[in-house]
Formats: sequence, structure tokens, C-alpha cells
Amino acid sequence: MKKLLSIFAVVAFAFSAHAGTLDDVKNRGFLKCGVTTGLAGFAAPDDSGEWAGLDADMCRAVAVAVFGDRSKVEFITTTGKSRFPTLASGEVDMLARNTTWTISRDVNLGFEFVGVNFYDGQGFMVPSALGVSSATELDGATVCIQTGTTTELNLADFFRLNGISYEALPIETNDEGKENLFAGRCDVYTTDASGLSSTRAAASNPDKWKVLPEIISKEPLGPLVRHGDHQWGDVVRWSLNAMIIAEELGVTSENVDAQMSSNVPEVLRLLGVEGNYGEMLELSNDWAYQIIKQIGNYSESYEANVGPDTPLEIARGLNALWTQGGILYAPPFR
Amino acid sequence: MNEMNEVRKPPVATTGIIGWLRINLFFNWTNSLITLFVIYCLYQFIPWILDWTIFSADFKYNYLGEQITNQEMCSRNLDPENGGACWAVIYVRFYQFIYGFYPKVEVWRVNVAYAMLALALLPLLYAKLPYRKYFLYFTYIFPVIAYFLLNGGLGFTEVSTNKWGGLLVTLVLGCTGIALAFPIGIMLALGRRSKLPVISMMCTLFIEFIRGVPLITLLFFGMVMLPLFLPEGIDMDGLVRVLVAVTLFQSAYMAEVIRGGLQAIPPGQYEAAKSLGMSYWRMNLLIILPQAIRISIPPIVNTSIGLFKDTTLVIIVGILDLLGIGRGTLADTNWLGLSYEIYFFVSLVFFIFTFGMSRYSLYLEKKLKTGINMGAD
Repeated sequence: MKKLLSIFAVVAFAFSAHAGTLDDVKNRGFLKCGVTTGLAGFAAPDDSGEWAGLDADMCRAVAVAVFGDRSKVEFITTTGKSRFPTLASGEVDMLARNTTWTISRDVNLGFEFVGVNFYDGQGFMVPSALGVSSATELDGATVCIQTGTTTELNLADFFRLNGISYEALPIETNDEGKENLFAGRCDVYTTDASGLSSTRAAASNPDKWKVLPEIISKEPLGPLVRHGDHQWGDVVRWSLNAMIIAEELGVTSENVDAQMSSNVPEVLRLLGVEGNYGEMLELSNDWAYQIIKQIGNYSESYEANVGPDTPLEIARGLNALWTQGGILYAPPFR
Repeated sequence: MNEMNEVRKPPVATTGIIGWLRINLFFNWTNSLITLFVIYCLYQFIPWILDWTIFSADFKYNYLGEQITNQEMCSRNLDPENGGACWAVIYVRFYQFIYGFYPKVEVWRVNVAYAMLALALLPLLYAKLPYRKYFLYFTYIFPVIAYFLLNGGLGFTEVSTNKWGGLLVTLVLGCTGIALAFPIGIMLALGRRSKLPVISMMCTLFIEFIRGVPLITLLFFGMVMLPLFLPEGIDMDGLVRVLVAVTLFQSAYMAEVIRGGLQAIPPGQYEAAKSLGMSYWRMNLLIILPQAIRISIPPIVNTSIGLFKDTTLVIIVGILDLLGIGRGTLADTNWLGLSYEIYFFVSLVFFIFTFGMSRYSLYLEKKLKTGINMGAD
């Protein structure tokens, strides 16, 4: 009994001792970052076994901020089910795993979403030949839908609100949805817009498929850390913000060296020429400079991984800067 | 007189190819109908599959002669009329399929481990191997060597299991699971049949509990619950946790298989052993288990093959085995849409291993003449 009690005490201690992730990471010498087991454009191993994607860049940015070295990161693959326990048990320092920011995850599960690196939303994809231009015209359609997800509930809400009916064809995985749609067993496939884009890109003739303009849900995807370690949360939050601010200020990986002698005060603050913002975060003063130099600003990461020039062809849309019609907005760097 | 000596040949219709065909394929009209139907299906299917997999497939270059580096360069995507499978994705990703993310400078260690695995299996597969005894010693110490080789230590740089993947993970899980489950399973089977109520109850409870939950649940238990029981300082490796779950699962099944074998042994064998004054352990080791395991070979191989395939479930806890690497490849924007090639390749690799296991089991059955006159030969 005494032994049992002491085990509980140790466990309780282990949970309370999570403060100081930054020190843990520094002592360990590398960052442990939880990513998906593979999602096109967000995190997937490339031909040389390096992880690439928007979320992988997020992990690397944090590694660069802490160590000044983009290779000081170990990617831990997690699934939709294992991601939260993996973070809670301290096996990873942060998650960048296309996770939707919701109140229950933020509050009830004891995590802290530090920002949004991709604004996604549920959309519809149909064959162009169906001749439909809006989701409200889908009365009576057969819809392929992943069971047990929020997309299922969103779909029901949307059709009820518009007073139209549908028939659901339940599927388990994205692959299954793709096969069913391509084989004509359902008229519509609905999932997150980024997922639709990758499905469309995988088709032998992408022009035969069309993503409808309606987005029926909010899916803000962002990196998250454990509750209660604000210092570490700040490091991750400002690593993301630094990339967004860099885009806003027009600082790119190519011109970052020239920008060191810029006459814009915020650029100088961002690059660590003025002020001691690095010290405040307990990082080196050129941490943001290194992120931009080694990873690039948000736009560079977006264009390289999911943008219009990639097979995914996802337009900036909501993910454009607030000055360019999107809602991407980072607090000022001062 | 000559006519008497002449040996009459059997009717043409019962010997040779024609006879074999008549007896096996065209015995009566239903039989003939089924044969014709199957031949028709094969006639439709085989040329198509050969064409797709070999004749009009791309291996490294597409039909324009360019080296393929992404799916858009595959012949069938350049020109849907032209081209079958695009094996270039396997060619480009071969390293990942076989070694996962193992660092390239250290990969010789995995190769050595693969070669040593073959060497360690040799004395188990061929009883007539010269110097078999010495080879067997090697087999016993192989797991230790493999551990240091793959994981590091003893002068090797450490390679975190997080970097393992592909066939390496599949083989580590399969081999460790099967090898550890066998002795544990025997102990559990003997325990369950024990006359000591505490032991038999504990073994029964363990077996029934493990058999009563799906492997996925155990994997989650290993992945999620185990770390909660450990203090933060003791960081149990992810792969080890999965190994624990897989081994527990397999040993429960193995125990039941071996118990089946034990129950098939006639009571006379036990009585004879006891009448010779043998102790419990001597009786089991020398008389009962050799016979029980011999008749259990088919189901043992059956559960082992089952486990080998079940290892693909580890994707659920975020470990990238052979199938996981395949799925990861499909998520690379360069290779979107090549699911047929990747799943075909993964199933082929699994088929080679499982078919090998089942052939080996047939060979063992023949060699040991299982199922003949048990207890009386």
C-alpha cells in the first residue's frame, strides 16, 4: 500500500512538474514535435525521409528559435486518437498536427492552442459533370461522409438549415471517400477543404472534379502545447507569429540579410538588431532572424507546401494576410 | 505365350496429363463447368495484370525516357492510354520501405542485422545443417547482438526507435512477438492446466483477459496508459511499449493453441511418464511437450502469420511500419494518387513472408509426420 501511494505521488509529481519545457528541450538538445502519420501538404516524409509540410515547418521553426538549427527536431508521428495522450504524457513538447482549435480541447483537455497556422473549413467536392454550382442545389444527393467526425454533424446542420435532404454513404478513411466518389457511388464528397484539394490532386484528371464555394464550418488548425507552461507556450506562439509578421513586413529568407540594415523599426526589432525580445523569451536575440533565414516567412512556407503552385492548389483565401483580404493577423512585434 | 507376357497398358484416360486432367478438372459436368469458368476468368485476368505490373509499367523511366521523380511524370498520368503501374515510387522510396528513417551512415548496421537474422534462422529451418549446435548458440545470442546493433550502445551511436520504420519495424515486431510469445505461451498453457488453483486461476484470468480485448485496445493501453504509470524520468520507449502489448497478446493466443495440443495427448503418456518416476518438469519437457508442440504446428504457424499481419495495426499508435510508410508516401504531394502501386507492393512483401512461413510449416509437418498415430508410434 505504501508502495502504491508512493507511485501515485510520483505520478502526481510528474504531472505537476511539466513547467520548464523550454529547459527540458534545451537540455535534451532537440525538440520533440508531434505530427500526423502523413497528410498531404501538412506533414509527410519526402523521398529522402525528411518531414515536409506546413506543420513540419512549424516544428522546424520552433527548433530554429531554440537552437538556431532546423535539424534539431525529432518528429513523432501521432494519429487522431493518440495525439492528445502523447502530448499530455510529455512524450512530445508540442503538437503541430492539423488539430482544430475548439473550446473543449483548449479548456477541458488541458491544452493551450498558441495560434492558427491554417484556417480550414468543411467543403464539398462534386463531379464537374453534375452541373452544380452551389451546395444548396444538392437536394437529394448521396453524400460520402467520414463517420464519427464533426464533419458528419456539420453536414446534418447545413442540410437542415437549407431545408434540403441528402442520403449519407458512411465511409471510414479519406481513401475510401476518394474511391467511392471516383467510382460514382456518391455524388458529393465532404471533408475539410484542404483534404478535398489533395483528393482532387490525386485524381487522374483533376479538371473533372470541382470544389464548391460553400465552406460550412470553421476549422482553425494550429499548434498546441500543454496547459500551464506559459514560457514554452510563448516560444511556440511567437515562432508562428514571427513568420506571419515577416510576411507582413516583406522579409523573406532571400532578403533577410539585406533587411538587417532596413530603416523600418519593426523589421529591426524582429531581426534582433534592436531591442532584447530574444532575451525575454530566454532565446538568443537573433531567433526570429534564424527562423526567417532557415524556414522562410509564412507565405514562403505556404507556397512551398500547399499553395497554388503545388499539386494541392489551395488558394490563400482565408489564410491571406488581413491586409490582403484574409484573416491572418499577428499582434505587433514590440 | 508371347501374348500372355505382354503387359497391358492402363487406359489412356487414366494416366499421364490427360488422366490427371480428367480426374482433377473434368470429373463430372459441374466440375467441368467450374474449370471452364475459372480458366475463362484467368484468361481475362492474367494478361491484364501482367500488362499492368510488367509490360506497360514504368520502373525508373517513363515512356519518354525521363527518370520519374513525381507522379505527374508517370506514363499513365502523362497519357492515360499509355502505361500501367508506376513502380518508380517504390524505386525512389525503397530505402524508406526497408529501413524507415534510419540514418544513412548507420544503415550498414541494419543490413548486418538482417543478414544475422537469416543466419540465426538457418539452424532452426534445417535440422541437417553441419555444426548446427554452434549455429544454435549464435541463434540464442542473436537478439542481444541485434539489440545493440539496431539501437546502439557498446560503441555504436544510438539510433532512436523513432527513426526506425518500414520493414525493419514489421520484422522487429513480428520476430520479437513470435519468439517471446512461444515460451510465455507454453508456461501459460502448462499453468492453466496446473492442479494448483492459484496458478491455474491466474493463468486463466490472464489468458481470458488478453484474448477478450482486441489488439488495438492493448496497443492503446501500452501507448497511453503505461507512461502514466511511470515517473517522468523513466521514459519507456514507444516501440518497447508496443512490443510489450504485442507479446502479451500473442502469448495468450499461443497458450491456447498449445493447450489444445496438450489436451490431445492421451492420458497414458502422462501415466507412463509418472510410472517411470519422472518429475513434473521432466515429464513435460521430455514426453508431453515434444508431442504436444508437434501436433500444434499448424495452429502455431497460423497464429504467427496472424500476428505478423496484425503488426500493421501499430499505425494507430503512430509507429510507421511497412504499411505506415506506404501511407506516408501517399501523403507526399509528389506521389499523390499512386495507391494501387503502393498497396500492391506492401501486400506483395507481406505475402512473401507469410507464404514462406506457411510453406515452412508444411515442410515441418511432413518431416515430423504430425497427425499420424499420436501416442502410439
